[in-house]
Amino acid sequence: MNDVFTGKLVRLSAFDPEEMSKAFTRWNLNSEYVRLLSSSAQPMQSAKSAAKWMEKEIEEMSPANYFFSIRTLAEDKLIGGLGLDVVNWPGRDAFVGLGIGETDYWSKGYGTDVMNVLLRFAFTEINLRRVTLTVFEYNPRAVRSYEKAGFRHEGHLRNYLNREGRRWNELYMGILREEWIELNNHAPSAAEDGG
Amino acid sequence: MRDLFHGELVRITAEEPEARAKSEVRWQRDTEFHRLADGDAAQITSEKKIKEWFEKQAEQGFKPERYPFSVRTLDEDKYIGFFGLWVDLIHSVAWVGIGIGERDFWGKGYGTDMMKLCLQYAFTELCVQRVSLGLHEYNPRALRSYEKCGFRLEGRTRKDIRREGRRTDTLWMGILREEWEALQK
Amino acid sequence: MFDIQTQLFEGPDIRFGPIDHEKDPEIESKWTHDSEFMRLMEVNPARPMSAAMVKKQYEKLEKQVEENKNLYYFTIRAKADDRLMGKALIQWIEWTNGNGFLQLGIGAAEDRRKGYGSQALRMLLRFAFAELNLFRVSAIVPEYNEGAIALLKKFGFVQEVCRRQSLERDGRRWDLLVFGLLNDEWRNQA
Repeated sequence: MNDVFTGKLVRLSAFDPEEMSKAFTRWNLNSEYVRLLSSSAQPMQSAKSAAKWMEKEIEEMSPANYFFSIRTLAEDKLIGGLGLDVVNWPGRDAFVGLGIGETDYWSKGYGTDVMNVLLRFAFTEINLRRVTLTVFEYNPRAVRSYEKAGFRHEGHLRNYLNREGRRWNELYMGILREEWIELNNHAPSAAEDGG
Repeated sequence: MRDLFHGELVRITAEEPEARAKSEVRWQRDTEFHRLADGDAAQITSEKKIKEWFEKQAEQGFKPERYPFSVRTLDEDKYIGFFGLWVDLIHSVAWVGIGIGERDFWGKGYGTDMMKLCLQYAFTELCVQRVSLGLHEYNPRALRSYEKCGFRLEGRTRKDIRREGRRTDTLWMGILREEWEALQK
Repeated sequence: MFDIQTQLFEGPDIRFGPIDHEKDPEIESKWTHDSEFMRLMEVNPARPMSAAMVKKQYEKLEKQVEENKNLYYFTIRAKADDRLMGKALIQWIEWTNGNGFLQLGIGAAEDRRKGYGSQALRMLLRFAFAELNLFRVSAIVPEYNEGAIALLKKFGFVQEVCRRQSLERDGRRWDLLVFGLLNDEWRNQA
């Protein structure tokens, strides 16, 4: 294993509040992006306020929380952010949240690549058993990307969101370690130990 | 599902800060107990300070890497001791510390019953893959009890404790999840 | 539909009430010493709490209710003597979407299977749909909690999500289920 944080198109890098908060406020001007990412309406936050919040999150980090910046390998460009939160330790289950703020990088395989890197980190470094995510019905691009990475559909909360005068489902997807191992043809030793 | 909190002789409790401090202050002054349980130098702390420490713990709430428990006897509901699990979450292994402060309850199977409850908790609720512990070589009663529970001696650090002018070893033991499960059958 | 005068917080044998910071911590502390109750209520490792810890938890809860405005918490109390019997809450409320997650539990084993859970859920749903005007409510339940699953289904909840093998307890893995009920569905049941 050379670098668990590097994929084919992207690498995960350190989350720097100053850089990230500026990018964050810029990305959040794009309401389409905001609505793909958040279920509830967020007030527009200044870079200063966002940086402060991010710094607090980093301070309160525990083995249960991970956040990364997403950078392209080609130009080392910051294109998005990624978070992983372990919600249950005995079950070793975590929620992942991913957002690519630079719209030029949509529909080009970046999302799938990020998710592949994340899953490898989750299953071989944090030793998780499953990774969970939620995605909105009106985000088919993300759904396809997650399906490609190996996530399976686990149901949806009906009519969970109310936007533009109609209701939308919130989809749940999950991938088990055994499934990921099979997809990636890892050596049996990775699957042996139950933990 | 099995009852996690009740064994054959003891049950797991969360004691109030005042009750814990009252007992701790006595146990702390019992040199023999202290030297069996601990590696650090004997200390004397006021009951007030101990109570404050436990109150602070209550304020902070639970942490996913630390599980302290108090223990009471089933027949007389007497608060006799404690055990705690420290979990390495990434590697899914736990360290246990255990002690019976009330010396009247030494050598009567209470410690073994406590450890059995502790292992059941570690393997079926925390779902770790192994439990480790350390003990002083001059504590053969504990060694026997742990062996009864399934722990295996894995090593020793030589002469790393010095007390009463003598050097003694620390013994290290461990039990794997599959070993514990096999014992349950 | 009920009229404005019909009590939201009164059932046949139980009522919803506020936290009693003097009396409740000791009672709730006792419940937490029952591993069965804890495993039904909590997905995190079951552990007993001292009354001191419960008191601190109540304080954090009330602070959250006040500051975040996305949580409603009730104690379930016996009408006869006002004793604490359980808890009922709606949390993670997203007002723009009209969603919330509900949770309820009857603390003492001898108080369960007596219909108090049904009474409490009926009141909680009316509060959610006819007072908070939520569009839908969700409930997260481990697959081994057959009592809760039966109760939810009785009230028309539909299983919507199955988070496969999300939990591990007592030597095996379990699914975590999410149930949902829409306001329309609730309304049509009356």
